[in-house]
Amino acid sequence: MATEDLASHLRKVVDTGRAVIQVSGLRKTYGSTVAVEDVSLEVFEGEIFGLIGPNGAGKTTTMECVEGIRKPDAGSISVLSLDPRRDAIELQNRIGIQLQQAQLQKRIKVREAVDLWSFLYPRAVDGDALLDRLGLSDKKNAWFMTLSGGQKQRLFIALALINDPELVFLDELTTGLDPQARRAIWGLVRDIKQRGKTVFLTTHLMEEAERLCDRVAIIEHGRVIAVGSPTELVRQYCPQRSVVFTTEEDRRTTLFEQIPGVERVESDGSEVTLHGQGEDFVSAVIQGIADHRIRVKDFHTILPSLEDVFLKLTGHRVRE
Amino acid sequence: MTRILRQLAKLTWVELKIFLREPMGAFGSIAVPVLLFVVVGKLAWGDSPLPTEMQGSLASGLPIFATVLIALSNVLSLIAIISIYREGGILKRLRATPLRPQTILTAHVVVKLMLTAATLFLLVLAGKQFAVDELQVRPLSFAVAMAISMVSILSIGFVIASFVPTARFAQPVGAVIFYPMLAFSGLFFPLNELPTGLYVVTNLLPLTHAVALLEGIWTGGVWADHWFNVLALGINLVVCVFVSGKIFRWE
Repeated sequence: MATEDLASHLRKVVDTGRAVIQVSGLRKTYGSTVAVEDVSLEVFEGEIFGLIGPNGAGKTTTMECVEGIRKPDAGSISVLSLDPRRDAIELQNRIGIQLQQAQLQKRIKVREAVDLWSFLYPRAVDGDALLDRLGLSDKKNAWFMTLSGGQKQRLFIALALINDPELVFLDELTTGLDPQARRAIWGLVRDIKQRGKTVFLTTHLMEEAERLCDRVAIIEHGRVIAVGSPTELVRQYCPQRSVVFTTEEDRRTTLFEQIPGVERVESDGSEVTLHGQGEDFVSAVIQGIADHRIRVKDFHTILPSLEDVFLKLTGHRVRE
Repeated sequence: MTRILRQLAKLTWVELKIFLREPMGAFGSIAVPVLLFVVVGKLAWGDSPLPTEMQGSLASGLPIFATVLIALSNVLSLIAIISIYREGGILKRLRATPLRPQTILTAHVVVKLMLTAATLFLLVLAGKQFAVDELQVRPLSFAVAMAISMVSILSIGFVIASFVPTARFAQPVGAVIFYPMLAFSGLFFPLNELPTGLYVVTNLLPLTHAVALLEGIWTGGVWADHWFNVLALGINLVVCVFVSGKIFRWE
């Protein structure tokens, strides 16, 4: 590596923080099915990192290899500077895991589960305070089998946090939950980050990734096809912007076309849609509307989302 | 090591409580055998002491037979529980902790032994009136022989429990392995009447050594005569624990 390359590389490392997960060339097959073709990624300290993509893309397999509960066929993985297979017990002591499909004993009580888990680790946080934080205080004596989906997930978050881990893994945390429970869980995940922990999560919900993640890796057919913050990805792959407004004044489309940056104009009765590109497009349109003294009754913007990035990159939508 | 023991103690305690909460848990494993014993005893003999022919069977094989059956029912139940845990994803969740598979299996074994001990203790209390004077049994020695036999037989269950994918497989796999062992354990006919080749094979089966040890101690034998049985059961335990640790499947 040339000196200036090395210097810039180092600067980047310092800027973005310490990598707590480094995966390179990960490959995992089940018989003739290739679950993970070739995945490389880095997760930095203190961020919420999302592995996103449709079901079957290889998210869970990748995550479980990183957690040390699955053995990769090829590639190298380092988590908190440990080898997930060789240093399994030491790693388990320092990370917290919520699995996509897990159950507990049907008749274990919530308080007992938290209590049991706190005995499994060399150090543990106060279980009652944790249950309180996760809104499970009044369910302490309830059997696992009697909990709702959202309550089970919150209990699994509690179990993932009981050892005060440096790094928390959340696999499809909100799948199957109603929108209200989902929002409540998002709040809890942000809270985990606030406490200085790194979060590595998977989701097939683009909205979830957009709202929670500092950075995401989009995975498709076992390969990472894009990495970056949601805003960066949208800027890079979907620069188009649209402005929709209604006006009762009868203006000719040519007037709107004169606004700098406008590439295409659609009008449908009183509703006008202007299409353009780039960060400055919306302010250019506002400026133009003001300059032409157009009376606008309603005004909103349509910004592309991660969903559009995914569609652009793969040619299909992420199906729920 | 201390941490593993702490984990084991806690897991055992939680699993015991969970088992007792099962609809048939405490009732099925403790109350039913004791009640059955008391009711059948009362119906058959009222308050009179045990008739001579029963004293004869008590003096010989019956207690050994009962012990082996209890051990087999424990082992099948162990396999069933672990396979249910595997099928339900409970093992997978436990895997994502610093727990070792042996700790999980051992916790279930300890639960089984505690329940068996409780049941037997109550049975002994309930059967006081049937005490047979001629028996030369040393209860402590026999209890130790039972414990050694059960732990060793349960360890075979470790190996089976380590791989059976679902609860539906557990019963037949257990039966295929244990029933032939039972047939050739020496409980039903004297093994030394078998052809030499078959006799050697039966001596490789752990159940045979368990039966020999139990019979010996029950009929007043001394430990010195059974060191080989104890050694065989010990080797079986070590091998089974090692193998199950190697082949254990979490899901």
